[in-house]
Formats: sequence, C-alpha cells, structure tokens
Amino acid sequence: MITVALFIPCYIDQFYPNAAKATLQLLEKLGVNVVYPPNQTCCGQPMANSGYEHLAAGCSKLFIENFAEYDYIVSPSGSCVLHIKEHLHPGETKAEADKIHHTIYELTEFLTDVLKIEHLNSSFPHKVGLHQSCHGQRGLKISQMSELNAPYFSKPGKLLGMVKDLELIDLSRPDECCGFGGTFCVSEEAISAKMGKDRISDHIQHHAEFITSADMSCLMHMEGLLNRQKSDVKVIHIAEILNGVAV
Amino acid sequence: MKNHAELAADFNKDEDRVNWHDETLWWVRQKRDKAAHQIDNWELLRETASQIKNNVLSDLSNYLQQFEANAIKNGITVHWAKDAAEHNQIVKEILNRNGIKRMVKSKSMLTEECHLNPYLEQNGIEVIDSDLGERIVQLAEEPPSHIVLPCIHKKKEEIGELFHQHLGIEAGISDPQILTETARLHLREIFITRKAALTGVNFAIAETGEFVVCTNEGNADMGAHLADVHIASMGIEKLVPQRKHLSVFLRLLARSATGQPITTYSSHFKKPRPGQEMHIILVDNGRSTQLGRPDFRNSLKCIRCGACMNTCPVYRRSGGHSYHTAIAGPIGSILAPNLDMKDYADLPFASTLCGSCTNVCPVKIDIHDQLYKWRQVIVKEGYGDHKKGIGMQVMGWTLSSPNLFNTAGKAGRWVIKHAPFAVNNPLNPWYKQRDMPNPPKESFGSWYKNNR
Repeated sequence: MITVALFIPCYIDQFYPNAAKATLQLLEKLGVNVVYPPNQTCCGQPMANSGYEHLAAGCSKLFIENFAEYDYIVSPSGSCVLHIKEHLHPGETKAEADKIHHTIYELTEFLTDVLKIEHLNSSFPHKVGLHQSCHGQRGLKISQMSELNAPYFSKPGKLLGMVKDLELIDLSRPDECCGFGGTFCVSEEAISAKMGKDRISDHIQHHAEFITSADMSCLMHMEGLLNRQKSDVKVIHIAEILNGVAV
Repeated sequence: MKNHAELAADFNKDEDRVNWHDETLWWVRQKRDKAAHQIDNWELLRETASQIKNNVLSDLSNYLQQFEANAIKNGITVHWAKDAAEHNQIVKEILNRNGIKRMVKSKSMLTEECHLNPYLEQNGIEVIDSDLGERIVQLAEEPPSHIVLPCIHKKKEEIGELFHQHLGIEAGISDPQILTETARLHLREIFITRKAALTGVNFAIAETGEFVVCTNEGNADMGAHLADVHIASMGIEKLVPQRKHLSVFLRLLARSATGQPITTYSSHFKKPRPGQEMHIILVDNGRSTQLGRPDFRNSLKCIRCGACMNTCPVYRRSGGHSYHTAIAGPIGSILAPNLDMKDYADLPFASTLCGSCTNVCPVKIDIHDQLYKWRQVIVKEGYGDHKKGIGMQVMGWTLSSPNLFNTAGKAGRWVIKHAPFAVNNPLNPWYKQRDMPNPPKESFGSWYKNNR
C-alpha cells in the first residue's frame, strides 16, 4: 500500500477545509494510506514571490522536518507544489530538499501519473468550467499550454472526463491567468480584479454553473468577485468533484 | 513619479477602453498562435534560435570585433558608444559635420531607450519618425506604448483628430484608408527632402559586416536610400554569427510579432552607395553589465518581437505607458532594473508570474523566472516596499511556527466572521472589488485532530 503525506497549504487549512477533506477522502477511497503531519503550515511562497525568499527559510526548514521522510507528498494546490519544487531553501538540508523535489505531487498529477487512475465512481450533473492555474499548467505542466506547438493533454481535464454526467464547457481563452498572483492581488489591485472579472465572464458566457481548478487560490480570488457580483456561479476545488460531493 | 500599479489603476478608470486594448492585443496573440502552429518544427526553431543567441553572448567580444573589421572593410564607419549620452553625441557630431539640421528616422527602440529625439531637438536638429505608428505618437507627443505597435493604445478616431490638427485633413475622419494615404503623402515629402536617415538594426552579421532592418512599411529603405548619410544604431547584442543563421530568426520574428510569415521588407545593408556615408553605432548602455549578471544575461537574446507583451494579461490591461520605460511589458520589466534598479523597482512586481511570456518567446528567454529573481535582488538591495517588508517579516515568523500559525488562523477566521468591518473596508485592497472568503467553523487541522 502506498503511503502519502498530505500537505494542506495554509489558506486551504484555514478557509477551505472541505477541499482538504475531499483530497484526504479521495486518496483513501483509492486505496492510499494517508498521513497528515500535524505541524505543517505554509510553503513560504507568499514571502518568496514578494522578493523575500530569505524570510521563507523558516517555512522551508519546517517543511523539510515535516515531509522529508515520506516517499510521496501530495497537495491539492499546484502553486504551492511548484514553489516547493523550485524554491525550497536547501540550506544545510540540501539532500532532503532534492529528495522532496521528486517526491512532491500536485493531486491531479499524482492521480494520473502515479495511481494511473482510469475510472472514478463519482457523479456531478452540472456544467463545469475548468480554470487552469498557471503554476499547475505552465509550472508543473499538468496540461498542455496554448502557446506551444505541442500535442494536447490535460490531467485535470482527463479526470473530470471520468465523472458521470459532468459537462465540461469550452472557454474562449482556455488558459489565461485569473490575476490572483499572490500579493499581486493587493499590490496591483486594479489589474488583479480586472483579470479576475474577465476570467469569470468567460465562464459565465459559456454557461458554467461551477468553476473548478486544481488550485484553490485562483478560486478564492474568483469567488470573491463572483460573490461581490451576486452571481449564482460557484467555485469548487477539483478534489471535491472527483471525490463526489452533495452540492 | 507614479508606479506601475498606480498608472495601471488610472488606465483602468475607463473599463471599455481596457476591454478594447485587451481584445486588440489578444487578436494579435491569436494570429501569432495560428502562424506558430502552422510550422511543424516551431519548437525546434525556437530552441535553435536560443542556442545561436547563447553562442553569440558567450563570445560577444570576438563576434563584435569580427563584425567591426568586416564592416570597415565594406566601407562603413563604425562607432562605439558606452552609453546613451555617447550615442546621442555621436549622432549629433555626424549630423553637424555634414551641416544637417533635419533627419528622418525609422523605427529604433534603441533611440527611444537613449532619448535621442529630445536630445537632438535641444541641439537644434529636427527628427521625424517615419514609421506610421511612431509618427502618430510623435505627433501626440507621447512615447511608443509597444515596441512593434507603437500607437496600439490609440483609436482611429484619435488618430484622425491628430492628423486634423497636424496634417491638415478635415475633422472627424477615421477611415484607415484615408488616414494612411495622408501619412503616406506627408512622409513622401520628408523622405525626399531629408539628407540624413537613421535606422535601427534587427540583426547584424559578424561574418559579412552587413546589417538587416525589418519593416512592413519600407520606410527604413526609403529614408536610407534617399539620404546622403545613413546612420544605423544597434545594441551590441544584435549580432548573429553567419548569414545562414538569419533564416532561423527571420522565420521567427514576424510570426511571433504579428503572425505574418515574414516582414514585408527584410533589407540588407552592406556598404554605402558611391558618395553616401554609412555609419554604425554599436551601443552598450548597460548591456555589458547585464551580460555580467548570470541570472539575467540571457535577456540579451531578445529580438524585440513584442510577443511577450501581446500575451501578457497584465500588459493588455494596463497599457504600455504604465511601465514608464521605453520597452514595456514582461521583457521591459527584466531589462529596465538593470539600467536603474530604484526607478524600475516596481516593474518585476507588475506580473502574476503566469509564465505565458516565456512560452511565446521565440528565443526562449525565461522571462517569468527572471521576474522572480529580480524581485529577490531588488528587495536585497533595499529598493523594496518598506511597509511590505515589515508585514513579510511578521508573516515569515508566523508561518514558520505551527503554534503561532494556528493561533493566527483562529484569530483571522474569528475576525472575518465576527468583525467583518475590520476587513470589509476600502482600506483593504482585497475588499474593494472582492468579498472575503466565508470563514469555516474550524480549520482542516483542527477537524483532523478531532475526527481522526
């Protein structure tokens, strides 16, 4: 039996526990032994992306203490996984950081590449728009990118295709950034909000009932805009759809 | 001086205009995709171009000397300028020596970078830009907002008004055909009467000492072929080793820029006509410094196609002028801090790090990674936002301690739930256009502890 250490990023832990529970339950349903190291906090990305990589050293140290011993680390956030892969401060623990680079997976890539899932027992009878998070897509390459002249694939798209009665809608701009961007969302408030508004309107014009993603941070930003606009469209983490939820 | 965020917020006061700007540039990005996807070995072409440029940068001094020797052999006068001031002075001296007071100039982002036009005007020399877009922004007394499409921020009605004011057409004309005809007639007179022409350089070939200028309007050719003095200004990074390497770049340049297979004119200039003077000014202006920064040196591979601007979701919605530098957009944001880290400290932060720029770049510059790296350099050198620094320190402490984190998390959720006025106010930039997340009863960590 595969043992997986579950990494729940700080903002999911605090604001979106349902996405975390769905990840846990889904992995367990698929026969994985899931361990949750209790002393985890954050990957350190908020500091690093703001230019304060040196202040993320404490987070890196803690992450290595919590996760270095496991063969697999899985997280429902492409962005945080990318940060750990690319910017975990090695310091005196370079060997552990190098190991983690190869053991950490974003949830949909773990399901596709390691568990090689071909069937799911879930149903979601709704029109769903898939938001590609840039860090998952262009960073971790969980989907092909529209800029490249290369064969199409989409790990989250393939998994959503296994969900009964789910109708995946097309978008005019299938992989444009939503404008969240970490601290960008407040330091460049005008552009961040405008990018988000444009992204949700693409989903709304194509009759999405739900916007889903492998990254909750993009969804948090879009949810804030949708709620302000009193829209009926909801956001939902992909783990909740794949796990099968009562909506 | 306003920073990018403030200038972008100003641009966003007119949302319809932002939508129009975004759609216009997205259309160019789509044309680029179509052109790129029609070439089976597109990705190989990008890789090849990248390797050729890496080779050039790794041996730049030798290639420059080879180019200089061959250019001199061809009868071209070669000048070296260490910075913008030297470049401008060299241009002025060439013109003074020839007693020339009026010059025509085709597109050259380098002369924008060097602020040549205001310098020459201060010295009593008139400069007319002959690229249609550049002429329009020149009439409007604005800098270009895009390196390939200088007046992309202007609507045709606004151009009609400018031509009404400056070129004497009737008021209220916005038909592109009429506007283009007007500019054409106006510029013909300029080409015929100017004794000196300055052009940029897209590529310079070390093996032959020739240089290549790519335009769609043929304006560089008309200026240079009619003038007694041709001055070509080029950054020292514009070299390719051999003529055969041009094929790679000419296939990439226009497809990346506008989706055309090739620019209408790719003109080779090798030697002066009998009686003509031809000058090349090789300009450093910070390029050697950038070459010495291992993390940023490969930004010098740039061939100025503008694809990173057209694809950038921030650029499309903030406009080129929000970058307050000659070269806007993602590439400008990694070039400008090299020239002045303090004045351009904001630019590497004007990005979500989405990475689309890196994917469209025809010479595979890792633009978004360099934006991340510039952020680290700017903060370390003390040019970061001081207030942000204190917050980051607190955040760093909190997030590296599980106990502090759990306490802060509980407090944060409590605040959002019980005191929304504390966060739901206009001083919180998140709340201006977005609601706060609905705080759950308990965190996942606490649920796990109680239920597992």
